Amino acid sequence: MLALEFVRSVPRYALVRAAGGRPEVATGPLSSLRLADVPSPPLPGPDWVRVFPRVAGICGSDLSAIQGHASLYLDALTSYPFVPGHEFVAETEDGARVVVQPALGCEVRGISPACAQCAAGRPGLCENVPEGDIEIGLQTGYCASTGGGWGEVAVAHRSQLFAVPDGLPDEAAVLIEPFACCVHAALRGAATPEDVVVVYGAGTIGLLTVAAVRAFTPPRRLIAVAKHPHQRELARALGADQVVAPNEVFQRVRFATGARRLRGMEGSLLLGGAEVVFECVGRADSLNDAVRLTRGRGRVIAVGMPGEERVDWAPIWQRELTVMGAYAYGTEAGGRRTFELALEAAPKLRLERLTGPLFGLGEYREAIEYAAAAGRLSAVKVAFDLRPLRT
Amino acid sequence: MSGRPGSIIEVDRNTPPILFHYGEGFRLERLPLGARVLYPPDPLDPIPHPERAIRRALSHPVEDDPLKGLLRPNMKLTIAFDDLSLPLPPMAQPDVRQLVIEEVLEMAADAGVEDVELIVATGLHRRMTADEIRHVVGDRVFTTFWPDRLYNHDAEEPEGNVVIGKTAQGEPVTLNRRAAESDLVVYVNLTLVPMDGGHKSMATGLASYESIAAHHNARTLLASRSYMHPPDSALHHSCIRQGQLIEDAVRVFHIETSVNNHAFPAVANFLQKRETDWTTADQASFLAMKQLTDYAPPSFKQTVFHSMRAPYGLTGVNAGQVDHVHEKTLANVRRQLTVDVEGQTDIVTMGVPYLGPYNVGAPLNPILVVCMALGYLFNLYRGKPVLREGGVLILEHPCRNEFDAVQHPSYIDFYEEVLADTLDPIEIEKRYERRFAEDAWYRQLFRRSHAYHGVHPFYAYIWGAHGRAHAGDVIVVGGDREVAHRLGFKAATTLEDALEMAEQTVGRWPSITHLRTPPLLLADVS
Repeated sequence: MLALEFVRSVPRYALVRAAGGRPEVATGPLSSLRLADVPSPPLPGPDWVRVFPRVAGICGSDLSAIQGHASLYLDALTSYPFVPGHEFVAETEDGARVVVQPALGCEVRGISPACAQCAAGRPGLCENVPEGDIEIGLQTGYCASTGGGWGEVAVAHRSQLFAVPDGLPDEAAVLIEPFACCVHAALRGAATPEDVVVVYGAGTIGLLTVAAVRAFTPPRRLIAVAKHPHQRELARALGADQVVAPNEVFQRVRFATGARRLRGMEGSLLLGGAEVVFECVGRADSLNDAVRLTRGRGRVIAVGMPGEERVDWAPIWQRELTVMGAYAYGTEAGGRRTFELALEAAPKLRLERLTGPLFGLGEYREAIEYAAAAGRLSAVKVAFDLRPLRT
Repeated sequence: MSGRPGSIIEVDRNTPPILFHYGEGFRLERLPLGARVLYPPDPLDPIPHPERAIRRALSHPVEDDPLKGLLRPNMKLTIAFDDLSLPLPPMAQPDVRQLVIEEVLEMAADAGVEDVELIVATGLHRRMTADEIRHVVGDRVFTTFWPDRLYNHDAEEPEGNVVIGKTAQGEPVTLNRRAAESDLVVYVNLTLVPMDGGHKSMATGLASYESIAAHHNARTLLASRSYMHPPDSALHHSCIRQGQLIEDAVRVFHIETSVNNHAFPAVANFLQKRETDWTTADQASFLAMKQLTDYAPPSFKQTVFHSMRAPYGLTGVNAGQVDHVHEKTLANVRRQLTVDVEGQTDIVTMGVPYLGPYNVGAPLNPILVVCMALGYLFNLYRGKPVLREGGVLILEHPCRNEFDAVQHPSYIDFYEEVLADTLDPIEIEKRYERRFAEDAWYRQLFRRSHAYHGVHPFYAYIWGAHGRAHAGDVIVVGGDREVAHRLGFKAATTLEDALEMAEQTVGRWPSITHLRTPPLLLADVS
């Protein structure tokens, strides 16, 4: 089958990283990513099925791996070589459209009894990831056994499949996975109707977090921080009460919360501030802003995938902040699976407007370069279109 | 330079391009044939011996006893004086307030008065810095009294202000506690335009928010036509009612001064002159300054322009009972500013300069552009506006999205939050003013830093309410398009484009009048 394959090569990874992850280097001869004719993954067990990706998104975490920004922490949790692509809409052998929940927990691995995390509905935190029917890997798209969305064929456990409603186009369905992450984050953040909430960043994760917060935990005021004009428009359309530029976030949050703003040698901080801040960029600047504009004992939710970033812990300490990660999905309070919640909320959001342009697998270099500059190029979710390979 | 009265010329083929102020810069514009240009009168001759005139005013007051007779040992004497919003640009030393204050202090010392305090009547303006106060009062007074007995009024200090009562119209009146508890308050004013002075000095300068809000509101401002002509100004009627109550509560000796309109130093002398009178030296100065202002970065230009000091000359000084004193002052001011104008016009053009009363040492932010153009400059009339109702106001200013975070923190929020919601002054007041007034951070910056009061942008904005309601359209030439739109204005690149756009509102062949100001003028429109 035709697929993009990510191979483990320390020298290549180091060189790309040393080049600052520049897209032309990250997709050039030194790249860890290659287009190849690889064997289709075999079915690991009886409850597994083949799925044929239709549209597969390029996630920020994929870019981080390709550009050498990803935390090396994840290396030990990944098996190589793997076919990337964990956000995708696919077709089963009987022609049904499905989205795949990529978390590879105990149930998927055929492990019983399940670990405590999986038993509690948190397969993203599975403690048995090196065990079971498949190789180590946190997710489809980072596991050598499953294939991924960036190939013609992948395999999935039946428990991973969720039917896509007829009215939901592929371009919207491809965003169900990241949207589910954001729904999970919103529920982790647990904003109340009295809260001022900031969503910092307006890439895919930022925008979908705006939508999730608006849908599941609507606050008194939802402020989105966006850099580019199209992001500003989309953030508003998806439910932000206010959209501000990064350089005005302190002034605007101060006003919304009636806080005090102080300026020190290292920029501003608020005395008071937002109750909940969703950090959806994962970079030092935004992380440092987030902990300085969250009020004492407030919550900072790390939604965007961070790498090794230099963050000043003094505000976290002094403000007694709760900094929590929000990774993946599972079963939320109330017993509903996050993917079900995301699929129910999605049709009203017209998520397809976030997707595009689409590239063929053969155009992966252009696709990666485009995705790396998505904000500047007025794009949100750049994706691969594999539908032509099925005809 | 004393000479010609204010005048109007009609543009013909021989008329040179006309100067427009353009923030920290200038533009020369060719106005269409037949357009009128209003020039302010030349500066009046200053009084040759100001100290002598001041002494005379204090010993021969209007409808009051000589100051000397009011002073006695063991009394509590407070001297309050106008802040740095007057005059503009700030006056070259010695400031006329210094001369007056020194004279008053000398008399007080002769009379054995020991309990003397000096208060800058800032109202809801920002606190003046020590250097600024030193500039106004001079080294001698500053060194003797600063900081314990010379300080800024604090309108937000709960213990520092007392309630005097309510006027018959229900307007609350508060006063600085030190002033209210004094045996005598000597108020030292500097009047530049007819809006200044009179009862407004103490009713706003030494008051708190509750008191000032009684007349600084959209309803009152819309009923002030114009606030440059006190008899037709609801703002002034309200201040007079409050002032009378203050007079009943505390003994006030009011001193008012007026200056001529010699607003620019020698280096910018061409700004004082009509273009037809420019000498070769003036043309060279203009070209040099134009080059500088066209290419220098805004921050550099602001530093240069804000360091400019005006060589104003004293044209009058009167002391005594406030109403009578003010009447004389207004006569002096009108003598300096008035230009007789026949009939209104379809289009008024104006250049908005770098400076207004609320941005000494800071950029003229977008709200203050509104304040200057639709507020002060539009309202420089008596009788009726130069612009006909529904006419088009064309202003030239860069209109940058630029705010001084120290002086104008609440202005930034006003621009970003309030104007993004609505432009209607009444609605703005209803929905937002209380919140800005009660914001703890604004209050802290107002009291401890050098920020204007949280509600001040509301005042700056409603200062233009009458102009906004009167004009059919406002077009900004050479301004940031996004800012212009946020302010509810249209944007044009050139004056020609703006005039063409204006014709869509006022029809073909419109009458046009350009206000060649500053120096300031007051249009007496028949």
